Amino acid sequence: MKFDHIIIRYGEISTKKRNRKSFVDKLKNHIRWALRDFKAAKLTASRERMYIILNGEDHQKIIEQIKGVYGIQSLSPALKIGRDIEEIKTAALYYIDQLSGEIETFKVSTKRSDKDFPYDTNEMNHLLGGHLLRNKDGILKVDVKNPDLDLRVEVRKEAVYLSGENIHGAGGLPFGSSGKAMLMLSGGIDSPVAGFLSMKRGLEIECIHFYSPPFTSERSKQKVMDLAEKLALVNGSMKVHIVPFTEIQMLIQKQIPENYTMTSTRRLMLRIADAIREKEEALAIITGESLGQVASQTMNSMFAINEVISTPVLRPLIAMDKLEIIELAKQYDTFEISNQPYEDCCTVFTPASPKTKPKLEKVQYYESFVDFDKLIADAVEQTEIQKIRFGEKATGEGQLEDLF
Amino acid sequence: MIYFDNSATTKPYPEVLDSFIKVSTEYFGNPSSLHGLGAKAESLLTQARRQVADLLHVKSAEIYFTSGGTEGNNLAVKGIAHAYSKRGKHIITTVMEHASIKETCQLLEEEGFDITYLQVDSNGFVSVEDLKNALRTDTILVSVMSVNNEVGSIQPIVEIGHLLKEYPQVLFHVDHVQGIGKVPLDIATAGIDLCTISGHKFHGLKGTGVLYVRDGIRVSPLFTGGNQEAKLRSGTENVAGFVALARALRLTLQKSAQDYGKLIEIRDMLLNGLNEITGVKINSPLHGAPHIINFSIPGIKSEVFIHALEEKEIYVSTTSACSSKKKSISDTVLAMFHDQKRADSVIRISTSYENELYEVEFVLQEIKNTLLKLQKVMR
Repeated sequence: MKFDHIIIRYGEISTKKRNRKSFVDKLKNHIRWALRDFKAAKLTASRERMYIILNGEDHQKIIEQIKGVYGIQSLSPALKIGRDIEEIKTAALYYIDQLSGEIETFKVSTKRSDKDFPYDTNEMNHLLGGHLLRNKDGILKVDVKNPDLDLRVEVRKEAVYLSGENIHGAGGLPFGSSGKAMLMLSGGIDSPVAGFLSMKRGLEIECIHFYSPPFTSERSKQKVMDLAEKLALVNGSMKVHIVPFTEIQMLIQKQIPENYTMTSTRRLMLRIADAIREKEEALAIITGESLGQVASQTMNSMFAINEVISTPVLRPLIAMDKLEIIELAKQYDTFEISNQPYEDCCTVFTPASPKTKPKLEKVQYYESFVDFDKLIADAVEQTEIQKIRFGEKATGEGQLEDLF
Repeated sequence: MIYFDNSATTKPYPEVLDSFIKVSTEYFGNPSSLHGLGAKAESLLTQARRQVADLLHVKSAEIYFTSGGTEGNNLAVKGIAHAYSKRGKHIITTVMEHASIKETCQLLEEEGFDITYLQVDSNGFVSVEDLKNALRTDTILVSVMSVNNEVGSIQPIVEIGHLLKEYPQVLFHVDHVQGIGKVPLDIATAGIDLCTISGHKFHGLKGTGVLYVRDGIRVSPLFTGGNQEAKLRSGTENVAGFVALARALRLTLQKSAQDYGKLIEIRDMLLNGLNEITGVKINSPLHGAPHIINFSIPGIKSEVFIHALEEKEIYVSTTSACSSKKKSISDTVLAMFHDQKRADSVIRISTSYENELYEVEFVLQEIKNTLLKLQKVMR
């Protein structure tokens, strides 16, 4: 007795009329990516669903892999068996035994497309229900209105199919179906989480990182590449734009009063990010900001900083508490990397008491004495693009494999 | 030379020594240094930690490098006792633990902790029932070794872990120093909270070890200082040693997957051969670890026998190496059989995947010869 296929349902996509085909194609690509280690499995699609034909691959391992693919609402593994009634009975019991969670109630719903089958739907429901009750005496009860498991039996000419278990998928929309945005990736705990949440809603993302040697170290850059590698889980690879930021940062320190340096730094980062966004034809900028978390993330600060661009700035974490964000970072497996203690573009040069309520007119006035345009253009020009594949080691790990 | 004392220590694999020398010469930086050399050393340490974690099927952050079994056991028992003393002051262990547990517990007794020492039966096993009865509301820790270092009895670790899942306030430490690579144990699913292993018992180097500490458990450190190893063990990391340990662990687990059958064959051949020799009493339990064979020759002092075999370049041991210099009597064998003469004449053979079947034949023959010679003299 073997599991034959897995049924994949996509929730929200089915409601999107015109873009549907491109949505489904994107989802298909991502399921294929998730199935990369299961060579025998084949993916087919119909209007409402997709099917993974297992061809002998382990269904539980596959479900574990594709559960995380954005755009999948739910999954159901299905058994394929012969048309012998005893075999169907045994299979029904087996199906119950391999469920991923405990159930207390069930019902059987038979669909008979082959009318020559010796038992009709009622007889089938009765036979199988009775068999399960006898074998799971005291454990399972029948509930036809609201069962934990609706065991679906489909009798066809060529075989009988059993399904019914519904496993929740990650939800969301398929990667790339919402367009492209640039994620500002500092190396901290928040920005990678913001990246994952954006991808969940169908955004394709590229990362921007500000690098200020010698004020920030090679290690902080490696840390960012490690985080990008984690983000690459969704799509297989991730692009990181590394912006040389030393010169601008030094100029800010020289020209802007100390308690406004932070505000100005963020404004310039945003301007550069926007210029890169335009080059990459993306439509938004994503940050890991959470309201009131630090001085640059107060409402006044955001007002003064956001003023430099009119591009939408998406802040998926805006209403989350730090602990909630940490919880998600652990789930996405980025917390340990983010938690390494290297100076990054956000921590180095932090003034002792940055303005929590900076005034827009003031920061505009201070910046008016310096011509940043040329420097911004240079920084964009000199930005280095690195691409990292999922599973690739960024930190030079793996280069000394022969030592291990 | 026939080396049959692998539970005392093992000969480092040549590959392991290569790694140690290469890391020591080329990547000698301090992992805490900010420059590139430091970064390289740190990256090697991270990689070693990840490899050990992967091999043990646990998380990287749960692996703490130590100097070996004794430190691991001290850190686990004292660390838990001191971190959780507000919760209770009762600890349960067994009468046949390694000295690094036994002595540590005795020290804690002086500090006001209450220790229960579980008895073992004639097979060297503790009973889960006894353990259950010994549990109290103020019990904070149970520490049981997976494989006894003297006779090789395998304790019911999985069952104990299962029982203790019902007592979430009781933490479970396993001294797995003798078991690693020889007796399979899945740390993560067995309900184990802390687990000690030591590098030199699986062809790594002396002065290296690992303490597994499950995520979320507080352990109070033995050393304070530079806060290395996530504050649990201050002191500059022995990067070369830990890279060597990671490699030794990989090689050992690989050999264990390939050569487990050989180890069993060697044990069976030894047991059968020893059983045929009159005057020899086997102390190891029938279903014990595959690499430890313990026997007594009542009437003949173990030390004499050891030296007699040594003349033939056969290296075996009396009791555990750690206590064999102080006294020749084996507490473990005494606890199992309550027989002074038997405990006084204990010989332990301990093998590894590096031993071969032909060595067994030779050793058995020499044991017979030596016995004949000594029995004439020592009547």
